[in-house]
Amino acid sequence: MTDSATAPQSVTEATAARSNETVLSVRDLWIEYNTMSGPVRAVSGASFDLHAGESIALIGESGSGKTTLGLGLLRLLPKSGRAQGEVQYRYRDGRVVDVQRLSAEEVRRFRWQECAMVFQAAQNALNPVARVWDHMLDTARAHRSMSRAEVRERSERLLAMVQLEPRRVLNAFPHELSGGMRQRVLIAMSLLLDPQVLILDEPTTALDILTQRAIIEVLRSIRSELRFAMLFISHDLALAAELADRVATMYAGKLVELGAVRDVFYEPKHPYTLGLINAVPQVAGDLFEISSIPGAPPSLLSLPTGCSFHPRCGYARERCQTDVPPLYAVADGHTSACHFHSDVHLERKVVEAVD
Amino acid sequence: MTEPLLALDHVSQVFRTRQGEVRAVDDVSIAVEPGQVVCLVGESGSGKTTSAKIAAGLRRPTSGAVRFHGQDIWRLDHDAFRTYRRAVQYIHQDPYASLNPVHNVYDTLVTPLRHHGIVRTKVEEARRARDLLALVDLTPPENFLFKYPHQLSGGQRQRVSVARALTLNPRLIAADEATSMLDVSIRVSLLNMLKRLSSDLGVGFVFITHDLAIAKYFAWHGDIAVMYLGRVVEYGPTPTIINSPQHPYTRALLGAIPEPDPDVTRQRERVRLRTAEISSLLHVPPGCSFHPRCPLFEQGLCDTLRPELAPIDERREVACHVVARDHAVALAG
Repeated sequence: MTDSATAPQSVTEATAARSNETVLSVRDLWIEYNTMSGPVRAVSGASFDLHAGESIALIGESGSGKTTLGLGLLRLLPKSGRAQGEVQYRYRDGRVVDVQRLSAEEVRRFRWQECAMVFQAAQNALNPVARVWDHMLDTARAHRSMSRAEVRERSERLLAMVQLEPRRVLNAFPHELSGGMRQRVLIAMSLLLDPQVLILDEPTTALDILTQRAIIEVLRSIRSELRFAMLFISHDLALAAELADRVATMYAGKLVELGAVRDVFYEPKHPYTLGLINAVPQVAGDLFEISSIPGAPPSLLSLPTGCSFHPRCGYARERCQTDVPPLYAVADGHTSACHFHSDVHLERKVVEAVD
Repeated sequence: MTEPLLALDHVSQVFRTRQGEVRAVDDVSIAVEPGQVVCLVGESGSGKTTSAKIAAGLRRPTSGAVRFHGQDIWRLDHDAFRTYRRAVQYIHQDPYASLNPVHNVYDTLVTPLRHHGIVRTKVEEARRARDLLALVDLTPPENFLFKYPHQLSGGQRQRVSVARALTLNPRLIAADEATSMLDVSIRVSLLNMLKRLSSDLGVGFVFITHDLAIAKYFAWHGDIAVMYLGRVVEYGPTPTIINSPQHPYTRALLGAIPEPDPDVTRQRERVRLRTAEISSLLHVPPGCSFHPRCPLFEQGLCDTLRPELAPIDERREVACHVVARDHAVALAG
């Protein structure tokens, strides 16, 4: 693929991916945390499929349950967390397992070999007294038996793919690398055992623009080369617009909208997604009015009745206060949990047009 | 010509560290007219925060002058300096660190009012505190007056910081990425509130952000100064900078920004930098400090001679040898 690959092509790719096999299938996943104030439902009945090689962006504000969902898929929840529901994973040989039922030993191998995760701000969590090489070796050996030579060879190849100088970086200590370089090291490390699925939590947050761009390009190129499926969690809509084939919006623990990236950005059908889009300024083109979503996300301890978004929603009517909206199919491959989804239209108010 | 409200005049700030001297701000000149918004844009380490602190009088520059209505603030007498201090306020980027945790909102707001003798009576004091909270959309004020910082959300804390900055009726606010730590929606409501202060109260802003989309939105009628390793590399009216950037660094920044629009962001032309890594302020490259990353780099020119910020059209200034030369050639041709 060349750089001239434009959006319509990427979307064709997404459609192709959709017809492919599902690698991760999540059905009615509930995750609760036990807190001193009682049980808190961080994820409520999430269902979606991740297809081989596709990329899904999970967007939403802080506290919407995005990270919990990611951790839940890998069974990495803290002790206070409890998950219920199905997470079906399909191995390369076609075997399908429920991740929730894997034994401790099987989960250990599942993580990293099958499904790896790059955690939020993990670039600051590398062991400061271990060289990158030691991190690579430890990671590889914790999950699979590999010879040093094998680890060396694969590390070097992956580091080159993330645009780093393998020999220099392998010998470096974390503090000798910039934040952007450490993030690329982590991406390389996560792919060490050739997983089918990579989960990234806020992969570009807190990095400078040019560093963010480098990470985006690295993710784009390495994914087209290695063809893993990607689920990335971000509050940054622009990152979703860049890298996602499909976009899933989360609000108060629920998946409220899911669809192909162009459908969700150009014809959002959930008022919350619409609100997020209207809140992000754009550099190119006209100067648009941007507006905030009134109010604040609800506490998960006391969710509003009916649709959790109704107190903040400009489209809400009486029914929204009582009836929990199901996921309506609004178009081919596009779902929205809004009773009045057909009222929802994106209209951007132009403050000053640029000719 | 009248003097601008505030001007940085060839200001530099050198920090001495164990590893050597760091020139965090290097020969920066900007001017803010009354009610105008000037955005300082750049990556971390570009000197934008230090420049804003210098503008707010929180740091005395190593060299150069800060002029308030034309007067060098560091040569003012006590009373005049106090006037300047009241007129120019600074909002810290971290709302979690800038409010005193043992002061409630009321104390936070009335302390500066009392200190500067702006209110005489308790009644006046309480009324002013209420008005300030209403101004930053913390309504009804009664719900917030006696809260402590830990009882407020991040966005509410930031609003209290803004209200505190407004206590003394400032003419200029230096705001340091006041919105960068927050969720998109909260960020926008703060930004719109600051915009309203600027249009309704005529408060000028030195606004610092690394996000050119935010700069475009906030400073559309003002100026943008793009900073790189302590220096301003391009400076001019916002629409000009955003729509026809000239300095290769500005072009790289604008091209690198991911946009919340799948077609636009995937079709955008990108500037290929020679390296993604920013040079260290401890070892600023000779000549043009951007040359190791610059796609227009010309050996013997860019790595030897430092380009000065110079006008290339009516209002825009650019510090780049190659752009200046090409521009001169185009004009001559």
